[in-house]
Amino acid sequence: MKIFNGLASFPRGGVHPQELKLSANRPIEFLSPPRIVTIPVSQHFGAPAKPIVKVGDKVKIGQVIAEANGFVSTHIHATVSGTVTKIEMCMDMSGYKRLAIILNAEGEEWLEGIDLSRTLKAEIILTGPQIIKKVQQDGLVGLGGATFPLHVKLSPPQGKHADVLLINGVECEPYLTADHRLMLEKGPEIIVGIQILMKALNVSKAMIGIEANKTDAIDHLSKLTKDTPGIKVVTLKVKYPQGAEKQLIEAIIKRQVPIGGLPIDVGCVVQNIGTAFAVYESIQKNKPLVERVVTVAGESLNRSSNFLVRIGTPVSYLIEVAGGLPEDTGKIIGGGPMMGKALNTPEVPVVKGTSGILVLPRMYAKRDPVLPCIRCARCVSHCPLGLEPYLLMNLVEKGMSEEADREAIMNCCECGSCAYVCPAKRPLLDSIRLGKSFIAQQRKEKAKT
Amino acid sequence: MMYTVFTSIVLLSVTGILSGVILFFVAKKFQITEDPRIDAVESVLPGVNCGGCGYPGCRKFAEACVRAQDFDKLFCPVGGNKGMVEVSKILGLEVAEKEVKIAVVRCNGSLKNRPRINEYDGQARCKIVHNLYTGETGCSFGCLGLGDCVRVCKFGAIEIDEQTQLPMIDEEKCTSCGACVKACPRFLIELRYRGKNHQRIFVACSNPEKGNIARKNCSAACIGCGKCFKVCSFDAIKIGENLAYINYKKCTLCRKCVNECPTGAIHEINFNLVRSRQAQNPNVSIV
Repeated sequence: MKIFNGLASFPRGGVHPQELKLSANRPIEFLSPPRIVTIPVSQHFGAPAKPIVKVGDKVKIGQVIAEANGFVSTHIHATVSGTVTKIEMCMDMSGYKRLAIILNAEGEEWLEGIDLSRTLKAEIILTGPQIIKKVQQDGLVGLGGATFPLHVKLSPPQGKHADVLLINGVECEPYLTADHRLMLEKGPEIIVGIQILMKALNVSKAMIGIEANKTDAIDHLSKLTKDTPGIKVVTLKVKYPQGAEKQLIEAIIKRQVPIGGLPIDVGCVVQNIGTAFAVYESIQKNKPLVERVVTVAGESLNRSSNFLVRIGTPVSYLIEVAGGLPEDTGKIIGGGPMMGKALNTPEVPVVKGTSGILVLPRMYAKRDPVLPCIRCARCVSHCPLGLEPYLLMNLVEKGMSEEADREAIMNCCECGSCAYVCPAKRPLLDSIRLGKSFIAQQRKEKAKT
Repeated sequence: MMYTVFTSIVLLSVTGILSGVILFFVAKKFQITEDPRIDAVESVLPGVNCGGCGYPGCRKFAEACVRAQDFDKLFCPVGGNKGMVEVSKILGLEVAEKEVKIAVVRCNGSLKNRPRINEYDGQARCKIVHNLYTGETGCSFGCLGLGDCVRVCKFGAIEIDEQTQLPMIDEEKCTSCGACVKACPRFLIELRYRGKNHQRIFVACSNPEKGNIARKNCSAACIGCGKCFKVCSFDAIKIGENLAYINYKKCTLCRKCVNECPTGAIHEINFNLVRSRQAQNPNVSIV
């Protein structure tokens, strides 16, 4: 739907939180790897990888240390060179203890065959199926946050075909600037990455969606794509949650993904900017996914910035580099402020899906007291999926999971717009998440019997 | 004017009488004869509709009792043995006495034993926290202390102790209906025999992690060392998943194990202080 200023967006709901892009002008800094890294084996959507190293083994950077366990799973690579010291349950960003491989760094030795030069390599040699195989071996996942294994997305099920590739450069969450900086600094590489993805998917059209608040990135990428056929930059209205897959599809190409469906059902595949860059590194430079750009930001942090971080780096190390933990810290959040999760300890590692670490002062991090619902229906009008959050919350509170399922609770994308706009500060999303997990569990049990 | 009033009165009375007559015959024709014993049984049941018997409410339980051939699988935990005797008097069936149960909390992660390492400020519901993360302490299996069990208890038998932040079960009020067992997202509450003189012992820990990790997060954790298993002469203790479990059917309350436990994870209840072995155990820090 075209709106007054002519910019495209998704038609229903959404909010516009304060942007607070504190680190938008800070170039990406290379962070020297820490001495100890903790690499969880389940950093992606799907089955956890199986460790193939033993305690005491020597590993090099880029070496596979855990193998994919099934089709919807990926390899995990060593991100420092050194010794495997422990394989045990460790706390990760999810807030639970999960199996992780702990490496002690000794020196900086990369696996042979990895091209570390900075020269741009634009010629794509591999064929489509070869590309898909290579990204699977290099452990690539969607770096936007959902961490869906890339090779699964690139191999559509039989009978379905993608005709357009959408690149997500929206970054609609406040604070986060990792994708923004990547677009500015690695533009040519990203374009090559997009061309690789287009080749793998066998599509001739790609569209990069960028929100209007990143004018420099829009200009930069528009200039670069002027003479590349098929790639177009689309300016989008600033609105949250535009970076959510379904909303982005609706905003750019006006197609609606059916309930319970995937983007491939409407003929498109969505990839993140960070993923496009990782694809370039993997295919052209033979470099597995061992590092990613992470925004570290916060009002009272000395040095909010963007860092190129090895996966497995402890969050506490990142905060140290950014100027140490401020005294008035209320919460440390992994991810953006809208969808991210507060960490219960700063000793958790950065994983493939970590786009940002936010150190929020106490005054922002606190929760307001919950008041009764005044039935203003703001949550309904701001829900990008057209659900009725107040109703879902009540149904979940009363334990009426079947009714909640009928009201399409499973369709909720957990963007948190409802809880953000609620004047009574009701924890709508908490309850909806509870209901979703309950129903998911019920379905799993049903499938078993 | 008069005419309108008159006709409406006549019309309404005629319809009323007619439908009354029809309804009388319909009711006769489709009458449901209910066993009068159902009402009688229901009247002697406690009537709290707690669901502890496995039926949705006392009425359904009464129906099941009337239908049943014997009372093997039917038991109202709230009414207890006394209540079942009264039911059996009405129905003329024999009822065997059953051991009375009580809820126990298998976690001893009090504030002192298990220090809080972070602060949760969201909605105060155990289920939500359990879905979100490990909880305020390092132990991902222990009590969250937000009182989901307190809220479901229809008898007011559970309270969160302010000092320990653990649920305390009131022995007099607990009817072993089992609502709290279902409400706890971490499956910490168990129904065990009340025991002779209301005395019982149990392992107050549910953490299956390895001993050193469990101990790091909670000083009162069961570390699965097996000392209690070795000392037990009644084969009542089992060790599995780094956790000891005392079978209440076999336990004779000799309490050799209580003194043996290096972390004080085995709890004894209602033994007087002079005879208490837990108090003599040098490893234990009673809160």
